[in-house]
Amino acid sequence: MNLIRLQNLSRVYQMGAETIYALRDVSLEIQRGEYVAIMGPSGSGKSTLMNILGCLDSPSSGKYELNGTDVSEMDDNDLAEVRNREIGFVFQTFNLLPRSHALHNVELPLIYASIDADERKQLAREALASVGLADRMHHRPNELSGGQRQRVAVARALINKPSILLADEPTGNLDSKTGTEIMALFEELSRKGNTIIVVTHEEDIARHAVRIVRIRDGLIAADERVRPSEATVSV
Amino acid sequence: MNLAREFGEGIKISAHAIFANKLRSGLTTLGIVIGIVTVSLMAMAIEGLRQSFMRSISALGADVFYIEKYPWERTSAWWKIRNRRDFTIGDAKIIQRESVHTLAISVENSATLPVRYKDRNASGAWIVGNNEQSALVRQLNVKQGRFFSEAEVAGSRPVCVLGADIADNLFPQGGAIGERIQIGGKNFDVIGVNEKFGKFLFANMDNQVIIPITRLTADFVRDPYIFFMVKIRPGSAMEDAKEELRGIVRKMRRVAPGMEDDFAINQQDMVIKQFDKVGKIIASVGLFITGLALFVGGIGIMNIMFVSVAERTKEIGIRKTIGAKRRTILIQFLIEAAVICLLGGLIGLGVAWGASVGIKKFLPTEMSPSVAVLAILVSLVTGIVAGFLPAYRAARMSPVDALRAE
Repeated sequence: MNLIRLQNLSRVYQMGAETIYALRDVSLEIQRGEYVAIMGPSGSGKSTLMNILGCLDSPSSGKYELNGTDVSEMDDNDLAEVRNREIGFVFQTFNLLPRSHALHNVELPLIYASIDADERKQLAREALASVGLADRMHHRPNELSGGQRQRVAVARALINKPSILLADEPTGNLDSKTGTEIMALFEELSRKGNTIIVVTHEEDIARHAVRIVRIRDGLIAADERVRPSEATVSV
Repeated sequence: MNLAREFGEGIKISAHAIFANKLRSGLTTLGIVIGIVTVSLMAMAIEGLRQSFMRSISALGADVFYIEKYPWERTSAWWKIRNRRDFTIGDAKIIQRESVHTLAISVENSATLPVRYKDRNASGAWIVGNNEQSALVRQLNVKQGRFFSEAEVAGSRPVCVLGADIADNLFPQGGAIGERIQIGGKNFDVIGVNEKFGKFLFANMDNQVIIPITRLTADFVRDPYIFFMVKIRPGSAMEDAKEELRGIVRKMRRVAPGMEDDFAINQQDMVIKQFDKVGKIIASVGLFITGLALFVGGIGIMNIMFVSVAERTKEIGIRKTIGAKRRTILIQFLIEAAVICLLGGLIGLGVAWGASVGIKKFLPTEMSPSVAVLAILVSLVTGIVAGFLPAYRAARMSPVDALRAE
């Protein structure tokens, strides 16, 4: 079953009199459990694609089906709910709340999902422990290293058991050693059956994925399988 | 996410934000504090003035008519009434003889004269000419000695009854009774001292010297403006009494049937009515001006909330990305504005309460619960109104744009 199905999807920006096509007629299908890298130089439209895949933005035309639901026509509030339930975000700049400690950052999606405080804390603790940060729960982001911050972000992304883990240049702000660690973590998550989409411009990072989708000038330039899937795809 | 939980979370977040920016929150709160202090003090002053007035007015007596040449309310043109004849001291006897409803009648006139006892002076004392019934009508209680008698009035005796303050002033050691004082250079024997009357809005009743009206007109006032205070018998209806008095005075002054009264029967109600009119104007102007202070405070809140929203664009982006709805963000920032204002309101109320203790010395006023509740409500509403626009702007941000902010 297709987890993600894009049909003739376009995204147009109006810059004054000029019309810019960030995405033109993109069609793409991603299966549950796949580990996909989306690659492309800056300005290629890969950020726009990732925003739409993450339900942060809506397409100008075309259709986006996520988990069997058409989300292309949804309003702001419904999209917020979809993001909360279906998508876990990992960003290059971590995007943690700077004044809140790790535990609060991780439980935040559960707050918006109306989970009870006790259950919330319990789940957040487990999630932090699973990324190896059991002893850093009450540290604020500025008291953590870059790698640790990204682990907190991964824990936050996974806390709601989303359909997709969407990572935007997840190693962009990390040194190569910690970057490798984070990618190892992704591989482990992939093996466990999580669907992962990584947006990157680094070939090395993309190599970790099973499938690479290359974007250029708002079009899919290539869609290749680099190695056989390790995950047991369960539908 | 349900509403109650959103409120709970909103309060937590706003407390965080407020404490993270102590100076800024403090300064913003100050604007609201000043607004609330001025508004509640103004409300208290207005209420105090009213109470003080009512207390003074009650000293005029609800059961007392003032029969005099001119009405308290200017109803007819001045040139129409300026030629009215003066009342005379003797008119009191006629009214009293004819009236069924009258309990007592006080003849009134006064002058301001210097008073001296040996080397002690009281300049500008209020010398009141009265008759023997005045103590009853004017609710004066003689503490020492006695009030003067009908015979003393009839014989224009140079005797006087001192108000409590002036007695203290001239006789700090007491022993005023039987002493001889000079009023306007003439000798008077002190026969009584009044009990302290208390504050009165128009004049200090304790700074007066009461002498027989006949003596006052003989020695000091050539063309006295005599008027009468008529106390009505308990049980008599004021309306009936007024009609009766009107008839008697018309007959006495030979007003032809069909002609207008050439005198006025005034009473407490008229003053209250006049005061209410003026009071309402003072109250609305005062509250409007102090309301401006609160308005300025509200603008401060709006400003700071815009800054707060701009500063936390990234945070808004993060929250929206992981599932916060528009409503959630709106509530979060509204609560922040409301909490700042509520804090300001509470502090302002505390300051106003402190100030009211000081004001109490001049005005019989208190911080009433209604003023307190009003102040809290006003501050809350100010916060929500001032916070709405910034919060709405925050709520409508696109998560993509907000995340891009640094």
